[in-house]
Amino acid sequence: MNQLELKKVSVSHVQGLQSNTVVHDIDLTVEAGECFGLVGPSGCGKSSLLWVLAGLNPHWEGEITLFGQPLESGKIFTGDRRRRVQMVFQDPYASLHPKHRLRRTLAEPLKLLGLSDINDRISEGFKQVGLTENMIDRYPHQLSGGQRQRVAIIRALLLEPKLLLLDEPTSALDMSVQAEILNLLNELKANHDLTMIMVSHDPDVIDYMCDHAVTMKAGRIDQEKRYV
Amino acid sequence: MIISKKGVSFRWLRPFNTLNIGLILVVILVGLALLAPLLSPFDPNIQNIQERLLAPDSQHWFGTDRFGRDLFSRVLYGARPTLILVSLVILLTVPIGLAIGIFAGYFGGWVERILMRLTDIVMSLPSLVIALALVSILGPGLMNGALALAFTSWPSFARQARTETLAIRNSDYLSAAKMQGITGFRLIFGHILPLILPSAIVRAALNLGGIILAAAGLGFLGMGIQPPAAEWGSMVASGSRVIFDQWWVAAVPGVAILLASLAFNLLGDGLRDKMDPRHDK
Amino acid sequence: MTNKSSLVDVRGLQIGLADGTELVKGIDFSMGRERVALVGESGSGKSLTARSLMGLLPDSLYVEADHFQLLDHPVLTYGQRQWNTLRGHQVSMVLQDPKYALNPTQNIGRQVAEPLVLHQSMSSKARVEKVEYMLDAVGLPNPAKLRKMYPHQLSGGMGQRVMLAMALINDPQLLIADEPTSALDHAVRDQVLALIHSLVEERNMGLLLISHDLQQVADYCERVMVMYQGKLIDHLAAEALPNATHPYTQTLWSCRPNIAKRGQPLPTLDREHLETLN
Repeated sequence: MNQLELKKVSVSHVQGLQSNTVVHDIDLTVEAGECFGLVGPSGCGKSSLLWVLAGLNPHWEGEITLFGQPLESGKIFTGDRRRRVQMVFQDPYASLHPKHRLRRTLAEPLKLLGLSDINDRISEGFKQVGLTENMIDRYPHQLSGGQRQRVAIIRALLLEPKLLLLDEPTSALDMSVQAEILNLLNELKANHDLTMIMVSHDPDVIDYMCDHAVTMKAGRIDQEKRYV
Repeated sequence: MIISKKGVSFRWLRPFNTLNIGLILVVILVGLALLAPLLSPFDPNIQNIQERLLAPDSQHWFGTDRFGRDLFSRVLYGARPTLILVSLVILLTVPIGLAIGIFAGYFGGWVERILMRLTDIVMSLPSLVIALALVSILGPGLMNGALALAFTSWPSFARQARTETLAIRNSDYLSAAKMQGITGFRLIFGHILPLILPSAIVRAALNLGGIILAAAGLGFLGMGIQPPAAEWGSMVASGSRVIFDQWWVAAVPGVAILLASLAFNLLGDGLRDKMDPRHDK
Repeated sequence: MTNKSSLVDVRGLQIGLADGTELVKGIDFSMGRERVALVGESGSGKSLTARSLMGLLPDSLYVEADHFQLLDHPVLTYGQRQWNTLRGHQVSMVLQDPKYALNPTQNIGRQVAEPLVLHQSMSSKARVEKVEYMLDAVGLPNPAKLRKMYPHQLSGGMGQRVMLAMALINDPQLLIADEPTSALDHAVRDQVLALIHSLVEERNMGLLLISHDLQQVADYCERVMVMYQGKLIDHLAAEALPNATHPYTQTLWSCRPNIAKRGQPLPTLDREHLETLN
């Protein structure tokens, strides 16, 4: 089954009254359970496309079908769809709220969903990503970059997403920490029945991680590649 | 041989930073205001015509005014209306300014335009003149004085809050929170406000010095708290009639205003050094 | 100064916080006119070590050493004024992100010329010529036009080339490059490293290249020093890297993902084991 289908999708950046189209006429499909890669130099539109799929940028045109249902342009995600698409951001130093303890960052969305045994879920998550539980009550600045990225991964996974978006999840990390995070992502993908879309400017990372990838250039798809 | 390069140590000076000095002065000020009945040797409002305009001596430490009232007692009691007025102004302006600024920065578009133009308009008004006009409409008094000063002092908070909200509006952690389903007031109060509040507190502390001066200005012009209650501004005004012969009558409350204003400025400066990461050493 | 004399000679270098926390725990190294990579994870002290060679550590840190010579200058006792005669003249540095290292309000020509203004006296015409020559040397097209442009008009790779032009304009003897490519796109990284390599080679300079990506810098350096938690734990020739014996160096060497490693976990550091080695 296709988790995601894009037909003739264009994306604009809207700032104030100015609009600037950065992605043009993209067609692509992402199958359930695969890791899909978006590669390209900075400014090629790969991140802009990802932000549309994340529901953070409603300024797009064309047809998008997500989990078998069509999306409406101009609307932000709500309800179950909001929960089932999660993202891990590029810079682990900027993606965690600096004044909130990790427990709050992780627990707040679960409380909003009205879930029970939140603390158990969080400790379970910490174990899954290889962090010790005594870190739960720390602030982000007390953690290293790799640890923060692990917390960001738990944050995404706690909502039990079906589609996990990865926006250059390792480009701000050391090479040795990158290996740890990539291993973790592969493990989680195998255990959680996840579909992943990964953006990277490093073709080696995409080669290693993805089952199917496209290279973007100046807002359009340049090459498509399937790994066996 | 170990060669080394260590900064010259001024460690013993460390407790004497701006923050601590400001804090001590403010604590002394508040303490004096609270304990005025215990500390003052005379009733501040009892007139004694025989003892009018006495120079400072062992009985009247700061001398007496033209009604023979003890200046030391009056200065102590005068701290009370000043501090009450200043706290009222801050309680009114900070929440209003923050709310307007955050809404403008967060929602953008028309909301921002309308709110910020409103802010610009109020900001362009000369604050003491508008305060005087308002007081003359509402009638003089402590509460009205506070309202009048508050009316013109919220825009600086709004502007700062808007700028800071704009800076973090597109940050990854707010995007992440939105992706997790956190929106609306929950996002504004739980996630944006904690990041804006520290600098608003610093600004409030820095503004306090100015508000004290404005409050004294209102008193000086007879628009603040009404006689015979002791108030620094009106005390300076009454002392100014005899400033060449009995300078202390105006100088004593004047110095009190200066010290109070200085205390809050030091506190604000010190808080900024402590809270603002850009001032990191 | 002869070619053989060493550019950097450091013994027992310690850098730490005023409260006594040691960040660099007594390292020894020396280098001449050669290309050396200093590799380690973030927090290993590699950047601090590099910055101490430029006298650019913040005042809150202390520096101690048994012996610390840079181009035969006893720089540890130097004040800012003495440093200023060395920095940008005989020793210069390229930083991580050109976006932050270039002044957005000044045009490129003025920024590249600044080291010349500070350290050499020449006519403004000669200065312009030198600037254009340098911009050309770092492979930037149309130097005359570029000179008048502002940093925001350049891509990251171009910005880093401008930084290089600025660093090399006074023909320094030692260039320190602190993660010069980590803010750049993957495709541009090798170009910039190759450019640094050829420029350093041409001018017979010393290069200290700091990075966390061992595989990438190995091609551009002769020697590699590996740092872990404030200590130099390994030191070997670049050709010897595939046969490295230290587990930390081994992992850093092999942890880079590529197509051949699909389906198998990447090697990671056994940090507990490393603790016992320490």
